[in-house]
Amino acid sequence: MARRGTVVTAVALLGLVGVYVRALAFTPPDRAQGLAQKIFYVHAPVAWAALLAFAITGLVSLLYLVLRDRKLDLIAAASAEVGVAFGIAMLTTGPIWGKPIWGTWWTWDARLTFTLIIFLLFVGYLVLRGALTDFDVRARFSAVLGIMAIVLVPFIHVTVYWFRTLHPKPVLLKPDAPSMPGTMLATLLISVGVFTVLYIGFTMQRYALAVLRDVREEETAGAIP
Amino acid sequence: MPGSALVRVSVAVAAKDLAVELRTKTAFVSSIVFAVLVLAVLYFARDATAVADLDLAPGALWVTFTFAGMLGLNRAFLLERENRALDGLRLTPASPTAIFLGKALGNLVFLGVVELISLPVFILFYDVPIWRQLPILMGVIAMATIAFVAVGTLLSAMVVRTRFSEVMLPLLLLPFLVPPVVSAVQLTWRILALRPLSELTGWLSLLAAFDVIFFTLSLLLFEAILVE
Repeated sequence: MARRGTVVTAVALLGLVGVYVRALAFTPPDRAQGLAQKIFYVHAPVAWAALLAFAITGLVSLLYLVLRDRKLDLIAAASAEVGVAFGIAMLTTGPIWGKPIWGTWWTWDARLTFTLIIFLLFVGYLVLRGALTDFDVRARFSAVLGIMAIVLVPFIHVTVYWFRTLHPKPVLLKPDAPSMPGTMLATLLISVGVFTVLYIGFTMQRYALAVLRDVREEETAGAIP
Repeated sequence: MPGSALVRVSVAVAAKDLAVELRTKTAFVSSIVFAVLVLAVLYFARDATAVADLDLAPGALWVTFTFAGMLGLNRAFLLERENRALDGLRLTPASPTAIFLGKALGNLVFLGVVELISLPVFILFYDVPIWRQLPILMGVIAMATIAFVAVGTLLSAMVVRTRFSEVMLPLLLLPFLVPPVVSAVQLTWRILALRPLSELTGWLSLLAAFDVIFFTLSLLLFEAILVE
C-alpha cells in the first residue's frame, strides 16, 4: 500500500506541475482581477479536496460503527489528516487572494466562516484521537465524532448563509452554464482532478503508515509480559 | 426496557447526580458566580458611548451561558470517573439509553438552575426591558439549552476518557454550538428589539431541528461510547 501510495502521489505531483504550467503560461489572465486570479486554480481544487476528505472521514466513520473493521478506522484517520493539511492550504491561499481583490485578508463571509469551522471541527477530531491511547476506544470515539461532524455540516451551512455572503458566487456548480471561458474552465477541471488524485495518494500513504504503527503498537504491547 | 421503567431509571440517574451536587454545591455555586462574573466583565468590553447596552446584551448573555454551561458539563462525567463510579453504573441493569437520558436530564436541570439565577442578574446589569417578552425568551433559552445538553452529554462522556479533558471539551463542543448559539443570539436580539414574531420563525425552526436531530443522534451513539 505504501509503495502504491507513493506512485499515486508522484503521478499527482507531476500533474500539479502540469497544472501550474498550464495555469500560468497557457490560460489567459482574468480581465478584472489580473494575475491574482491564478491562485483560483489551486484554491478552489484544494478546498474541494479538503471537503471531500472530511466527507469521506464521516462516511467511513459510519461504516466503522456498523462493520467494526479496524482498517476503516485507520482510513478515516488518514483521510482526516490529509483533509486538515489541504484545509491549511485552502485557508492560506484564500487570504492571499482576498487581500488584493477584497482589500482584506479575512472577512466573516458565509463560506469563509463555514470552511473555518469545519476545519476546526476536524482538527478537534485529530486532537481527540491523539488524546486516546486504547485502540478500540479511540476507534469508537472518533467514529462517533466523525458521524456527529457530518450531521453538523448542513446546520453550520444554513447558519452562516443566513448572514450576508461576499464570496464569489459559484462559477462551476450552479444551475446555468459555467460562467467562465473554456480555457479557464479546462484548467480548473484538470486541477480538481489532480488534487483528487493527490488526496488519494496522500491518504494511501498515510493509511499505510497507520497500519505499520498499529502493528508495531501491538508487538510492543505483546512484548510486555 | 418498557417505557415507564426507562423513565424511572433515567430519573434515578439524574436524581443521583443532583443529590451529589446538592451535598457539595461546589459546581452550582462556582457556575453561578462564574456566570455573574462573565456578565460583569463583558459589560466593560466595549465603548459604552458607542455601543448601546441592548446591542451588547444578546451576545453577552449567550457567551455567559455557553461558558458557564461548559464549566458544568465536565462535572457530570468527572464525577463518574472518580473511584470508577462509571463502571458501577454500567454494572447496574440500567440501559445505556436510560443512563444517557438520566445524565442529560441532570445536566438540563443543572444548567436550567444556573440560567434561571443568572437571567435576573443579566436583566439587572444590562437594563433590558424584557418583562413582557420573558416567556418567549425563556422558550428560546430552553431550546438552546436542550441543544447544548444533547451534544454536551455525549461529548463529555467521551472527553473524560482522555488526558486534558478540561481543554478537550470546549475544543470539541464549540463547533457544535455554532448553530444553536448563533440562532439563540439572533433570536434574543430580535426579542429584545421587539421585532414581530414572523422574524423569529426561521431561526426558531433551525434551533428546533437541531434539538430533534442531535438529541436523537446522541441517544443512538451513546451506546457506542458506553459499551465496552
